[in-house]
Amino acid sequence: MIRIDSVTKRYPDGTVAVDRLSLEIPDRSITVLVGPSGCGKTTTLRMINRMVEPSEGTILLDGEDIQRQPVTTLRRSMGYVIQNAGLFQHRTIVDNIATVPRMLGWGKQKARARAAELMERVGLDAALAKRYPYQLSGGQQQRVGVARALAADPPVLLMDEPFSAVDPVVRKGLQDELLRIQDELGKTIVFVTHDIDEAIKLGTMVAVMRTGGHLAQYAPPAELLSGPADAFVEDFLGGDRGIRRLSFFPSARLELTSDPVIPLDATAEQIAAPDAPYLLVTDADGRPLGWSAPRDLVAGDIRPERLLSHGRPFVPGTDSLRVALDCAVLSPTGWAVAVDTGGRVTGVVSQATIGEAIRSAHAAGRDDEKVAG
Amino acid sequence: MNVLNFVNAFFSDSAHWQGYDGIPARLGEHVRYTLEALALAAAIGLPVGLVTGHYGRGGNALSLVATAGRALPSFGLLVLMTTLLGFGMLPVMIPLVVLAVPPILVTTYEAMRSVDPSPVDAARGMGMHESRILFQVELPVALPLILSGLRSAAIQIVSTATIAAYVSLGGLGRYIVDGLYQRNYEKVVGGATLVAVLALVTLALFWAAARAAVSPGVRRS
Ligand SMILES: Nc1ncnc2c1ncn2[C@@H]1O[C@H](COP(=O)(O)OP(=O)(O)OP(=O)(O)O)[C@@H](O)[C@H]1O
Ligand SMILES: [Mg+2]
Repeated sequence: MIRIDSVTKRYPDGTVAVDRLSLEIPDRSITVLVGPSGCGKTTTLRMINRMVEPSEGTILLDGEDIQRQPVTTLRRSMGYVIQNAGLFQHRTIVDNIATVPRMLGWGKQKARARAAELMERVGLDAALAKRYPYQLSGGQQQRVGVARALAADPPVLLMDEPFSAVDPVVRKGLQDELLRIQDELGKTIVFVTHDIDEAIKLGTMVAVMRTGGHLAQYAPPAELLSGPADAFVEDFLGGDRGIRRLSFFPSARLELTSDPVIPLDATAEQIAAPDAPYLLVTDADGRPLGWSAPRDLVAGDIRPERLLSHGRPFVPGTDSLRVALDCAVLSPTGWAVAVDTGGRVTGVVSQATIGEAIRSAHAAGRDDEKVAG
Repeated sequence: MNVLNFVNAFFSDSAHWQGYDGIPARLGEHVRYTLEALALAAAIGLPVGLVTGHYGRGGNALSLVATAGRALPSFGLLVLMTTLLGFGMLPVMIPLVVLAVPPILVTTYEAMRSVDPSPVDAARGMGMHESRILFQVELPVALPLILSGLRSAAIQIVSTATIAAYVSLGGLGRYIVDGLYQRNYEKVVGGATLVAVLALVTLALFWAAARAAVSPGVRRS
């Protein structure tokens, strides 16, 4: 565990970048420092590997003051990833990644083998190994940066806005990759960003900082969304935090109905039986084809191209209530289609039913808070 | 008679290819002066430029020294040194080194300063020692510029080393000085041509050195 204890950083010019900050960073989880520009995130992060020395206060790593060990030893136990990757342009990708193992005295072959292993882990094609950094895209360079930081298997990973210089699609890919790597490796990650969505997506714990280096709130993301500590945090979270909070509720308990679901070769009785304004037609494998009002359907002559789009389906086991609601909102009929992981329809659910589920989830959340409080 | 005829006459005279005043001997002397002066200037300019550039301090003092060095006329310095120290190698070396240090020093400093700071930050953050950062992170990237500083220093030395002949030393300047004295323009033009060719060869050598020493990742080809 990293424990930041009442740390203040005053730069020589008098700027107080961090003001009596205390933070307990749990092991094997992602802790995100988020806040507006200039609030002291980078300074805080860099005090952990002593790239910046605190003016007051102490930082403990597993109970021991980080000042007590040689600075290079400390830094070698912490991977460090920065915004523009900071790759060594004169070295090939594989040699970039092998830097720390080589520094630790590994043989060239062993270090390169390790680097190749890491390239695979961060989703880089082995064919890129012999290239130079300028021959890679920004997103690929960033992956190399992460691989390089992980090369000597340090328990701690410090990341300063690692994904902010790439476009949103690539960024989402990198975020998903980080979560997957974290599942596999279980590092203690301190992650700096100014993007609250990124913080909420990645963070096990999120520390919201405000200008002047003060900690505004330190909480798990769901708690942050349900109970912002003050107006600053609320404002920083943005206007749609209610919707975003739905990401933390599973859709597994939604009550699905399969009454309005009929096969392509449905009989006239099957079309007439359900008391529903729209019916979902599926193919022989049970995959959704589209919606239609019952009166527009002719038994034995249902034409898939005439059906209304069924929109994007959701998977109840894996997707959140937010995704389910989104599917319902985007569906032309107002009903969301639930499928299993094989894409076969397991049922449909209306906006009204999802609304019910949201209300009861919120109620349960409030009860939890009462118990916790 | 035009210049080409002079050149032709000079190089086709077999007497010019033998003995202590032959082309191989004079060329050898000239190359030796150049290498010695360049080595000395690099021994002064490179370390100072690398260290000041790495720490980013002393830039002002450095450009002062460089400007002063450039303002000193090599020939004047040669005369002064010879008056003070008498004839010999040293009074020739001093002006050549003074001439060569500023381009080496200033370009090395500038080259180190222009290295992208983020790899340096990353290297420091991963626990790399400062000396290793200098030699393994900054230097390889700064190398093309540093080599260009050494190259212009070398070219300047090649052309200026002709002054050695004024104080009765050898080198290609011998042909120019003696030729002028003897009104033998064939010799003057021949000497000047040799100096120009040596300068071109120097350029080619530096080009080859850059090809060999600069990483393709920095060269971007
Ligand atoms: N070396 C320095 N000397 C003086 N002031 C500094 C120095 N580094 C940072 N600061 C100041 O300290 C404050 C916090 O800077 P810091 O870089 O930690 O902010 P940040 O939260 O990372 O911002 P950003 O999101 O823009 O990266 C800012 O006001 C900044 O101007
Ligand atoms: Mg920052």
